Amino acid sequence: MGSLASAAVLVSLLYLALLFAIASWGDRRAEAGRSVIANPYVYTLSLAVYCTAWTYFGSVGVAAAQGVGFLPVYLGPTLLAFLFLGVVRKILVITKAYGITSIADFASARYGKSGTVAGLVTIVALVGSIPYISLQLKAVATGIELLIGHEGGRAVLPGIGADTALIVALVLAVFSILFGTRHIDATEHHQGMVLAIAFESIVKLVCFLAVGVFVTWTLFGGPFDLLARAEEAGLTERLAFEGTRLGAADWFVLTLLSGLAALLLPRQFQVVVIENLDIRHLERASWLFPLYLFVINLFVLPIAFGGLLLGGDVREADSFVLALPLVHGQGWLAILAFLGGLSAATAMVIVETVAVSTMISNDLVMPILLRVRALGLAEKPDLTRLILGVRRAGIVLAILGGYLFFHGVGEAMGLVSIGYIAFAGVAQFAPLLLLGITWKGANRNGAVAGLLAGFALWLYTLVLPSFVTAGVLPTSLVTEGPFGFDLLRPTALFGLEGLNPVAHCAIWSLAVNTGLLVLVSLSTRASDLERLQAILFVDVEESRRTPRLWRGEAKVGALEELLVRFLGRPAAEAIWRAEEARRGRPLAPDEPADAGLVERAERQLARAIGAASARAVVASTVRGETIGPDALMEILDETQKVLEYSRRLEQKSQELEAATAELRRANERLRELDRLKDDFLATVSHELRTPLTSIRSFSEILLDNPELDEAERAHFLRIITSESERLTRLINDVLDLSKIESGRMHWQVGLADLGELVAAAIRAGEGIFAEKGVALEVAIPAEATPVVCDRDRIVQVVLNLLSNACKFVPSPGGRVRVELRRRGGVFEVRVEDNGPGVPPAHREAVFEKFHQLTGDLNTQKPTGTGLGLTISRQIVERFGGRIWVEDSSLGGAALCFTLPVAEEVGALAA
Amino acid sequence: MSEPRLARLLALALVALVLLNFPMLAVIDRLALGGLPLLPFYLFLAWGAVIAIAAWSIERADGE
Repeated sequence: MGSLASAAVLVSLLYLALLFAIASWGDRRAEAGRSVIANPYVYTLSLAVYCTAWTYFGSVGVAAAQGVGFLPVYLGPTLLAFLFLGVVRKILVITKAYGITSIADFASARYGKSGTVAGLVTIVALVGSIPYISLQLKAVATGIELLIGHEGGRAVLPGIGADTALIVALVLAVFSILFGTRHIDATEHHQGMVLAIAFESIVKLVCFLAVGVFVTWTLFGGPFDLLARAEEAGLTERLAFEGTRLGAADWFVLTLLSGLAALLLPRQFQVVVIENLDIRHLERASWLFPLYLFVINLFVLPIAFGGLLLGGDVREADSFVLALPLVHGQGWLAILAFLGGLSAATAMVIVETVAVSTMISNDLVMPILLRVRALGLAEKPDLTRLILGVRRAGIVLAILGGYLFFHGVGEAMGLVSIGYIAFAGVAQFAPLLLLGITWKGANRNGAVAGLLAGFALWLYTLVLPSFVTAGVLPTSLVTEGPFGFDLLRPTALFGLEGLNPVAHCAIWSLAVNTGLLVLVSLSTRASDLERLQAILFVDVEESRRTPRLWRGEAKVGALEELLVRFLGRPAAEAIWRAEEARRGRPLAPDEPADAGLVERAERQLARAIGAASARAVVASTVRGETIGPDALMEILDETQKVLEYSRRLEQKSQELEAATAELRRANERLRELDRLKDDFLATVSHELRTPLTSIRSFSEILLDNPELDEAERAHFLRIITSESERLTRLINDVLDLSKIESGRMHWQVGLADLGELVAAAIRAGEGIFAEKGVALEVAIPAEATPVVCDRDRIVQVVLNLLSNACKFVPSPGGRVRVELRRRGGVFEVRVEDNGPGVPPAHREAVFEKFHQLTGDLNTQKPTGTGLGLTISRQIVERFGGRIWVEDSSLGGAALCFTLPVAEEVGALAA
Repeated sequence: MSEPRLARLLALALVALVLLNFPMLAVIDRLALGGLPLLPFYLFLAWGAVIAIAAWSIERADGE
């Protein structure tokens, strides 16, 4: 081995040691709470892990052969950075909300925490990573061989007997293991690693620019000189679009594919999403990252054309970056160029293997191991060592796979062709991921069907032909199709020709993938958990505010034990202290864990071992855990209860309104009654004062004039007596009326003969008739006229009618006629007179209190109380009768009343 | 990030998609300075301009 190669190896080892130091420093700072990576610049530089050996060596290779054909790979992320900023932000929010650890974990959590989806995504990611890792191995191995070969060494390192690529693979594997699996931590942020790859992004950029400047200004006289010489050599034709050997569709599809890859490649998802510390960093990174891509690509064309002009072979253009300084005797620049390539490769391999091995352990191996009861893992006290072991094995598997791919296929292919295979592979995640966060209808069956079909098509249309290129499989497979089926040619499936193989694969696989995802989702039923997770992902902002949906029984102690086993004691205890602090009281091991605690424990576990595994282990501890139909029904019930409650409230308020209205009406009635009472009192006082006034005035006359003669004195005394009587009557009437109206009247109800009662009344009233000289006719039938009534009251009624009639008949010549007769079920009593009669308009009014017709009809002083007819009506109606006024055949008024015939004479008589 | 800023970036992305794709590239591809195709210069220029506008749009909005 020559001195240059030795120096390069020494520098490389020192470089790797430096990376370690940087990573440890970053980790220590993070532990101390003074993160050095929490800013958009380090975040951007970490995203630049996108630029691998492919960019560093491969772009020049493509540019030399195809002009600007290398550009879609960098234009894609630029466009998508702006186009998908909202989408990426949403993915970040979801990831932080639910403690997602990888792209497989993300997909699995979205599709009902499905182990199948997690495993499938892991397998696709692993298979897709292998060509990509092999690309890095190839680039580094080629670089080393170039350094050795230049000094006449051999392609095999002395004393070891293995080829360079294997050595590189082993070194990288050890390095990645030491780097990526130092510890398992609950947050799954690898701050030290992020800092190291950010540093690597600076190194590769600086190295590449250094080579670019060297070629442009040292080997040539600046860019214009370079261009002029290229034109002379007839190389510039390659700069036209035709030179790219791409079609319009190829250009577009490659742009799209690269944009998707910048997010979906396992390592990209790791740095963009998982390692992100602050969502706000995304904004500045969305233009800084494209800027980085822009700058690193500036010298691609100058280096490529410089290499060609200086006699380089197009087929060897992948190594121009290293070869140009080398052949022009710039040893240290060559080592710098190699270092840049190494940094690009190591960054990729470290992050990729950490991402993939995390997936392998969390989403593929652990869920299976945990389910195999025979292993009894669920009871093991400490699983952190096992998890780390699985991850280390995953790293070795990925890198060894890369080495084997390189050995079998990669040696025959260009760097970029290998890279595109990986791009198209991970693009299969796009439908389930992008639809998953925007469409709730996407379900597990659809995701699995789409991914499987897309993966299969990718294998068939892109990976298979690469084996043909490598000579592993017969060429006829591609040229004639399998078994001669022309339509099934892998690179022209169903006759789709004229496309770049990558674009061809992407079109077929993504179309079928998306189509199946949608179709199968629409035609199959999602489980309750899937639908729940779909809502949690698509409506992540709303969902984070609603409480958990866990149900079940678990003891606090059991949960803590679970955390200790998977996260280690210190981490678990830190979580528990935080939990106690948040509750403000210590947690007893035997108290039941509430839903919030179970959920947070599961989330912490998910950060370390993924959603699918976390689900499995928590489910084993928490009995009766479900978000099955029962729980959903409960939630539904809860909602309905709330609805019911609000409906009842509404009803209550309506009732209240009705009650208020009723109260208002009652109040109005009360006011009316109050007014009536006032009127009544006023009238009664007035009626009382009239006789009182005359009694008082006549008494005063008598008192003041003792000389009055006897006749006059007697006259006055008679007036006083009659007025007193009237006063007494009035008071009696008022008392009667108030008793009847208030229902306190004591009725002497019994069977009576109405004829007898009428006759009794006539006898009592004979005096007044005789006094006034009124002719009285009586017509009472001889047969029995039984009624149920209060005898005295009915006599009072008849007497009242008689005295009324007597009052109004002319004197002399007055006639009154009393008649009793049966009319159907009632007896009718009529008291007719030949007085002035009652005009029809007043016939109802006469029954009102204190209505006195006399005042209107003649000037004679009224003798009644004005309450007689009112009381009569009350009495008659009390016994089921009716009382009214009508015209009389005698020319005056007829006051009539009826009483029902008492049918059951016997019964009542007995 | 506010919705208007997201919308501005989205619009920019669509403009960039037109600028950096067909049929725009076919139009530019016809232009040449002597025997020198202008396509690469156009691509880098348009790309750089898009990034500059995005930077301006995002950073200006920071001050809002």
